[in-house]
Amino acid sequence: MTSVDNSSAAGIPAAKPGSDVPFFLAMGGLSSCFVLLIVLLLLADVMFVSLDDFRVALATPQYWSAFRITLITCSVSAILSVWVGTPLGYVLSRYKFPGRWIVDTLVEIPIVLPPLVLGLSLLILFHLRIGDWQLEEWLREEVGRPVTFQWPAVILAQFSVACAFAVRTMRVTFDQINPRVEDVARTLGCNRGQAFLQIALPQAWRGMIAAGTIAWARSLGEFGPILVFAGATQMKTEVLSTTVFLELSIGKLNGAVAVSLLMVVLAVVVLLLLRLVGARLTA
Amino acid sequence: MIDLRDVSIVSGQFSLQQISLSVKAGEYAVLMGQTGQGKTTILEAICGLRKVTGGRILIQDVDVTGRSPGDRGIGYVPQDLALFPTMNVRQHLEFALQLRRQKKAKIDSLTADLSRTLGIEHLLSRAVQGLSGGESQRVALGRALSFQPSVLLLDEPFSALDEATRSEMHALLKTVTNTTGVTTLHVTHSSDEADALANRRFVLNKGVIEEPELQSRTDGAN
Repeated sequence: MTSVDNSSAAGIPAAKPGSDVPFFLAMGGLSSCFVLLIVLLLLADVMFVSLDDFRVALATPQYWSAFRITLITCSVSAILSVWVGTPLGYVLSRYKFPGRWIVDTLVEIPIVLPPLVLGLSLLILFHLRIGDWQLEEWLREEVGRPVTFQWPAVILAQFSVACAFAVRTMRVTFDQINPRVEDVARTLGCNRGQAFLQIALPQAWRGMIAAGTIAWARSLGEFGPILVFAGATQMKTEVLSTTVFLELSIGKLNGAVAVSLLMVVLAVVVLLLLRLVGARLTA
Repeated sequence: MIDLRDVSIVSGQFSLQQISLSVKAGEYAVLMGQTGQGKTTILEAICGLRKVTGGRILIQDVDVTGRSPGDRGIGYVPQDLALFPTMNVRQHLEFALQLRRQKKAKIDSLTADLSRTLGIEHLLSRAVQGLSGGESQRVALGRALSFQPSVLLLDEPFSALDEATRSEMHALLKTVTNTTGVTTLHVTHSSDEADALANRRFVLNKGVIEEPELQSRTDGAN
C-alpha cells in the first residue's frame, strides 16, 4: 500500500524543499564574521587603553583643537558634497549628452585614486605656474585667502573625495525616482527647474541624507590628501586622523588609540543623528 | 482640437513617419493598435515630452510644435499615473493652478468643484500612497483637468483596474468630458472601452493611422 502524498494528478512528485536551517546557518555565519571582526577591533582598542589615557587625551588642548577642526571641516565638506553632488547626480541620471561617459568616469576618479596622489595633485594644481600666474599666489595676494597648508585646504582635500561618493549616491537616488513624474509636472506648467525643485528634490531626501552621511564619514577618515595638501599644523590644520598618525609616528601608541576611540564615538553620534534626521524627514 | 500634420518621430531604432490625425474640438477619440506600434510615443509628442523630427502639431489651431510641454495647455494622464509621491490629493489638484499664480480663493473654489465632480472630496487630505486603484485614477484625472485644459490625453489609464471600477471610471469620464467639452485622445487596447466612450476611433497599424468605418467596427465586435 502506498502512503498518501502530495504528488499531482499527473503523477509528478511533490517538491521536497527541505529545511531552511542550512540557509540561515550559512547566511548568519558569514554575516557574523564581519560583525564579529568590528566588535573585536573595538574591544581590543578599549582593552588597550586605560582610563588614564582618556583623561590625558581629554586634557590635551591639541586633541580638542583637532576634534573641533574635524567636526567643522567634515560637516562643511559633507554639506558642500551634497550641494554639488545633488545637481550632478541628477544630470547624470536624467540626461544623455555627448561626453557623458567622460564626466561619469571623471567623477569616479577620486574614488579609485590613491589618496596621497589626490593630495599631491591638489598641491600641484595650486602651485603650478602658468606664465606669471599661480593659483595659490592669486588667492593669497588678490583674494586675501591662502589655501595650501591652511584650513580651507583641509576642506578641499576632504571634499575632493567625499563629493565623488555623494555624486554616486545621488545618481542612484535619482535613478530610482520615476522620471515620468517630472514629465507630468512639466505638462502641468513646470519648467525643468521647477520640476527638479518641486517634484524630484522632495523625493530625494532620503538619498541626500545618505549622501551627506557617506560624505561626512569619508571626510572623517580622510588622511593622506590632508597631510600632503594641508599639512598637520597643531591647532590649525590638524584633524583627528592626522593626530592618530602623528601620535603613532612618535611612539605614543596609547594617545593614538585614545584619539581613535574618540573618533569612533564621534562617528557613531553623527551617524545616529543623521539617521534620526532622515527618519524624521521621511516619516 | 488636435491636429497632427505629417508628424515624424525618431527615437533610437524606432521611428514613425508622416503621421496625420485630426480630432475636432469636443470630440472623444480613441487610438488603438498593437503593443509597440508607438501609440504612447504619439501622445508624448503631442504633449511635448518627445521631440518631433518633422511635421506640425496644432492644438486649438495654434502650432505648438516648438513649445515646451507646460506651454501647450494639455492635460496628460500616463499609463502609470505618475502621481507625485510627496503630495497629498489636494496638492495634486492645486499644483497646476499654483503654477499659474491663481488667487487662493479661486484655487479653493476650483479644487472643491473638481473634487466633487470626481467624487474625491473625502480624500483631499490623504497621501497618495494609500489610495486604491480607482481613487488614484480619479486623482490623476483631476490633476490633468485641474487647469481646465482644452485637450486631454489618456494613455491606457484603466488597464490595471477591475471590471466594476473600470465601468465606474468610464461613466465618470463620460460625464467629465461632456461637462467640460475637453477634446480627448485616449489610447486603449479595449474595444469595449472604445465603444463605451469614443465617437471617433483611430487605429495605428505599421506606422499608419487609419480610421475604420463604423460598420467594420461592428463586424469586428461580432
